[in-house]
Amino acid sequence: MASEKFQNFIDETGDIARFTGRFFKELFKPRFEFNEFFRQCFFIGYKSFPLVAITAFIMGLVITIQSRPTLVEFGAESWLPRMVSVSLIREIAPVITALICAGKIGSGIGAELGSMKVTEQIDAMEVSGTNPFKFLVVTRVITTTLMIPILAVLADAISLYGGFLGANIHGVVSWDLFWNQVFDTLAFGDVVPSIIKTYFFGFAIGIIGCYKGFNTNKGTEGVGIAANSAVVISSLLVFILDLLAVQITDILGLN
Amino acid sequence: MNTELSIQNDSNSSNTSDLVVCIRNLEKSFGENHVLKNFNFKLYKGESIVVLGKSGSGKSVLVKCIIGLLYPDAGTIQVLGKNIPDLNHDELDRIRVKVGFLFQSNALYDSMTVRENLEFPLRRHWIKMDKEEVNSLVMEALGNVGLEETIDMMPSELSGGMRKRIALARTLILKPEIILYDEPTTGLDPITSTEISNLIVDVQKKYNTSSIVISHDMNCVKIVANKIVMLVDGTNYISDTYKELQKSKDIKISSFFK
Ligand SMILES: Nc1ncnc2c1ncn2[C@@H]1O[C@H](COP(=O)(O)OP(=O)(O)OP(=O)(O)O)[C@@H](O)[C@H]1O
Ligand SMILES: [Mg+2]
Repeated sequence: MASEKFQNFIDETGDIARFTGRFFKELFKPRFEFNEFFRQCFFIGYKSFPLVAITAFIMGLVITIQSRPTLVEFGAESWLPRMVSVSLIREIAPVITALICAGKIGSGIGAELGSMKVTEQIDAMEVSGTNPFKFLVVTRVITTTLMIPILAVLADAISLYGGFLGANIHGVVSWDLFWNQVFDTLAFGDVVPSIIKTYFFGFAIGIIGCYKGFNTNKGTEGVGIAANSAVVISSLLVFILDLLAVQITDILGLN
Repeated sequence: MNTELSIQNDSNSSNTSDLVVCIRNLEKSFGENHVLKNFNFKLYKGESIVVLGKSGSGKSVLVKCIIGLLYPDAGTIQVLGKNIPDLNHDELDRIRVKVGFLFQSNALYDSMTVRENLEFPLRRHWIKMDKEEVNSLVMEALGNVGLEETIDMMPSELSGGMRKRIALARTLILKPEIILYDEPTTGLDPITSTEISNLIVDVQKKYNTSSIVISHDMNCVKIVANKIVMLVDGTNYISDTYKELQKSKDIKISSFFK
């Protein structure tokens, strides 16, 4: 039983690797589907923004309010903006954005492609001379890879604003003082690696959503399973990639 | 084989250059489930053959093998002179331009409007076509099925029968040489069913297309069939005209003609 599960895990990992390989092969074939790409940018990027913005704002606010008592205890209250900005930019904003997107976008892609698969729409594309892999998968994976970093950068800014409000609830921290401290603190090593990793988050979310949707079977029940497992696997991958990213920046001495 | 002979006899008038689809010894199974066994079939130009068989007998599997969506285990499927299982993706694509396929499930793209659905098969020609041309083709196809007013609707806003007709319009828009209809009239009222059946006959006459129609709607079968092939136990059981089969005493056949 356990060995069977392990076997399934290995098989699926292999399948996902092959799917990713196919993505890169099809990516460079001629005729990129620009219209579909822009349509997806709208759906994936623009429509996810409100959710990401609200979450980022609340996270910034809450983290700041929660951190204050500890700092006060050490008499280091003036360090609040520095501490909060580092944790928001390095970790919280990118990872929260990626998780929200894994939930919203990953499940959306999984369910959309899954239902297209079970209602034979993907077969219909195939017979009408449009490569469904290029049309559906390549466009979506590129969109998530490009859009999630943008959403993460916006989330960075919004969460910092939330942090500013949080810092202002008790003592008055002036606008200038807050941002001066934030920009003094944040270094290249804080910002750039955290943006780079979001490209990988985006890629993983797109690939897993598409893989799950594209390989759906068993009718409508399968669509639910596809959407669900797309979220589970891509969220897990976000954490694994985050762990790797920390290790790599550490080795490169950027910490 | 007996049935094989009868197909050739029926088509004495046609010579082999008019042969558009020729299937020999087709085998297809899914695991233990042996769906098609030693299936043989011939379709000549301008002909319209109905494949009759009970639910789950493998009719959809058969047409999906012809269009290359399923890969057979054994046998040859010659379409317009090319053996489908041997073709690579690009070659297959060139054949598919000439073969229309109506899915049993309609397979309309539900994130697109009716117009976009109909334009989709034209994408392969877009480089050569301007907007006017595309638009007139779309209107003509919609006119054929009498649904011009639905052009800006989404498939989810249409009734089941309207969806079937839109799917039919999408299949016909490129005026393919061969059309495979998987249950074009199932679930439609008798009036619409008759209209669709007449449309199939009209298209066949107007563009000299050849068609394979899967159906167990006897009203439709009667209108469109030049010949009927019965699919029983995964193989071509018998092949004859509607009139002859109607007289048959064989229970496997007569149960369809009640
Ligand atoms: N992709 C598939 N995987 C596994 N089995 C399949 C697949 N497609 C079809 N089958 C099996 O093949 C058999 C024939 O299916 P098919 O869809 O061709 O029936 P049909 O003759 O079209 O029936 P209906 O009239 O109900 O549409 C069925 O037993 C079905 O379970
Ligand atoms: Mg069927």
